[in-house]
Amino acid sequence: MAIDTKRNSHEKVETNTGLMAILIFIVISIGGLNEIVPLFFMKETTTPVEGLKPYTALQLSGRDIYSREGCVGCHSQMIRPMRAETERYGHYSVAGESVYDRPFLWGSKRTGPDLARVGGKYSDDWHIIHLTNPRDVVPESNMPAYPWLAETPLDNSTIVAKMKTLQTLGVPYTQEDLDGAEAALEGKTELDALVAYLQNLGTVIKERY
Amino acid sequence: MSDFWSGWIAVTALGNIAFVLWLIRYTSKMRNDVDTDQVMGHSWDGLQEFNNPLPRWWLMLLYISIGFALLYMLLFPSFGKWGNLLGWSQNSAHYEAVVAANSKYAPIFEVYADVEVEELHKDPKAMEIARRMFLNNCATCHGSDARGSSGFPNLTDDDWLYGGDAVAIKTTLTNGRQAVMPSFAGLGEETIDNIAEYVMSLGGRSQDEVKAEAGKAQFAVCMGCHGADGKGNQAIGAPNLTDDIWLYGGSRGAIVKTLLNGRNGVMPNFSETLSEEKIHLLTAYAYGLSRE
Repeated sequence: MAIDTKRNSHEKVETNTGLMAILIFIVISIGGLNEIVPLFFMKETTTPVEGLKPYTALQLSGRDIYSREGCVGCHSQMIRPMRAETERYGHYSVAGESVYDRPFLWGSKRTGPDLARVGGKYSDDWHIIHLTNPRDVVPESNMPAYPWLAETPLDNSTIVAKMKTLQTLGVPYTQEDLDGAEAALEGKTELDALVAYLQNLGTVIKERY
Repeated sequence: MSDFWSGWIAVTALGNIAFVLWLIRYTSKMRNDVDTDQVMGHSWDGLQEFNNPLPRWWLMLLYISIGFALLYMLLFPSFGKWGNLLGWSQNSAHYEAVVAANSKYAPIFEVYADVEVEELHKDPKAMEIARRMFLNNCATCHGSDARGSSGFPNLTDDDWLYGGDAVAIKTTLTNGRQAVMPSFAGLGEETIDNIAEYVMSLGGRSQDEVKAEAGKAQFAVCMGCHGADGKGNQAIGAPNLTDDIWLYGGSRGAIVKTLLNGRNGVMPNFSETLSEEKIHLLTAYAYGLSRE
C-alpha cells in the first residue's frame, strides 16, 4: 500500500478502502459502545425487580402470540418517566422488569395505548370480548379483530424447548416448571394464553405517583 | 454505576470527540504546495472536483458544537456517576413535575372531597370533571353513555348488583368486585334445562310449565345466592332473576350458557389507580347517573 506523500490526507482516506472501512467502523461503533454495551453488564439493568417471576408456560405462549400477531407494531410496552404518562399508565417502566424478556417487546409505536401495565386493568372477560372484536366494547377502536385466537388450540409441542432455551439464557426455570409445561397448556386456546400474558404485564410494580 | 462502566462511558464519549477533532485536522492537512483550486481529476458533465479547504464558517460551526457538547456533558449526566454538575436526573425531573401538578390540581379535588355524594352529584362543575374521568377510566367497559353492554352493567338504571347507595358504589370503585357464579355443568343437561325454564318463569316467560315445575325443585342449588324467591342478594352481587334486566342476556340459550359455564364478572379495583378524592367524585357521578 504505497501512499504518495505528496497527496493530501483526505485523499488517503478516500482512496484507501481498508482505512475507510476501519474509520467507518469506529464511527458507527462509538454510539453503541457508549450507550448500549454498558446496559448489558450493569447491575442496575440486569437485576430483576423484587417479586418478578419468569413467565409461566401459558404466559410465555401468550407472549409468542403477541409477537406473532404483531401487537408490538401498534402497542408499546414502555412507560416513560413523564408525568402525563405516569398519570395515565402508572409507574414508569424500569429495566429490572424486562430481564426475563428475550427479546423485549418495548416497541416504539403507539397507535393503541401503551400496554406495559395493562395487567389487571380490565377483566379477563373484557379482554376476550375485546380481542375477538374490539368494537364490541370500544366502538371507536380501529384495532383489528382476532377472532381466530379463541378457536385455535394452543400448540404445546415446543414449549419445553423454549423454556430450556430461556433457562440457558439465565431465566430461573426449575425442573418442575419444565415438567409441568406441556400439561399446563393442555386444552387451552391461543386466546387463553394471550389473556394470561396481558394480565401479567407490569403487575410487579404497583405504586403510583 | 461501577467505576469501570463510568470510566468506559467517559472514555468512549471523550475519546469520540477527540477522534473527531483529530480526523478533521488530519484530513484538512494540505501536503502539497497548491493552495486552492487544484483539480482532483474528477469531472462529471463539465463539473470538476476541486481540492479546496473546508469552508471556514462550516469548520467554525463544528468547533462551536464540539465546545457546546463538552459543556453540556459537564452539566448533565454523561460520564456515568461522575460529572452532572447540575445534579439533573430523569427521576427527579419527573418527580418535580408530579409534585408541581399535584399542588396545582389537588385544591380542585379537595373542594369536593368534603361534599356528600348525595349533594355532589348535583354540582354541574364537579360532574363535568367527573365525566372526563369516567370517560378515561370507566367507559372502556361501561360505555361512554354508561349503559354498559353484555357482561358490563348498565349504570344508568336503578338495578344494582352490589347496591347503589354512596357507600356501596364507593366500595365497588375502591376495592373492585369479583362475581362468583360457579359452573353447574355437573348437574347434567336435563336439570340445567329445567332450571333455566324455571328462571324464565320467574319473569313470567316460561313456555313449558312441567319443565318449570321440575326446575323449581332443582332451583334449591341456586337459592344460597339468589335467594328462595330468586330476587338476588346485593351483599354478594347475586342478581335479581325476577326482573327483565340480564347482564349476560336473558334468552333461554344465554341462561343455559350461564348455568353451564358460570359467570365471573370482574370490576377492577381503582384504589391503586385513582386517589381517594377522585374516587369520591366518580362515586358521585355513578350515583347521579340513575338519579337524573
